[in-house]
Amino acid sequence: MSLKSPLGQVRGLGSAKEGVQHWWAQRVTAIALIPLSLWFVISIIFMAGADHADMVEWISSPFSAAIALLVIVATFWHAMLGVQVVIEDYVHNEAVKIASLLAIKGLLLLLGLACALSVIVLLVQG
Amino acid sequence: MTDQTDGPARPLSPHLQIYRWQWTMAMSIAHRASGVALVVGTLLLVWWLVAAAAGPSAFESAQGFIGSFIGQILLFGWSVAFFYHLSNGIRHLLWDSGKMLELGPAQGSGMAVLVATGVLTILAWIIAYAVK
Repeated sequence: MSLKSPLGQVRGLGSAKEGVQHWWAQRVTAIALIPLSLWFVISIIFMAGADHADMVEWISSPFSAAIALLVIVATFWHAMLGVQVVIEDYVHNEAVKIASLLAIKGLLLLLGLACALSVIVLLVQG
Repeated sequence: MTDQTDGPARPLSPHLQIYRWQWTMAMSIAHRASGVALVVGTLLLVWWLVAAAAGPSAFESAQGFIGSFIGQILLFGWSVAFFYHLSNGIRHLLWDSGKMLELGPAQGSGMAVLVATGVLTILAWIIAYAVK
């Protein structure tokens, strides 16, 4: 039981002016991913059956590498925001919720970093 | 808690299992399911890029798996999820701007998303096998 008044309880959870930040970031990354993901998918379609030399030639051009890095940032950011909503909707135990949010977001951060570093390595090699 | 019979019969918000199942509801949950599937699919993307950075032999084995029967099945599922999430995501952005929220346009855009998903997926695979 809380000793705080009903008004005090509500005020404590009031706006921090960040309530729409998640919503906006999800939309901005979604809009960015329309051209970015299409560029990436069209590129990998033409990489079907490619060997390592073709791959290096493609990703080591500064344009491809730069766009690929944007694809990676937008993809993993959008993925983090998306799985966050799914977890918040279905996991109701607060401890489990926070633990799974930390685990999945941390994993996605590492995976995104691995992708970005690979592109940079290929850019430097090529 | 006051019982429903205490006062005037106010409308209650029905739970999901009360509604008759409709195809637009299936499309709604499929947007979330395809998003989760795409997140799982990024593991393949990570493997592909890291293998390319690691060198020719690692890249050959990644390409070998992707070209195998299981790899192609996974990639086909990924491509369906991708084109669905892309098309239906654009539909969501239109809704966010306050457009096409009425029943007719919502169903029409839903059909358009399904057609676009099918056409884009088939097109992508035709091109992939043509250039291979």
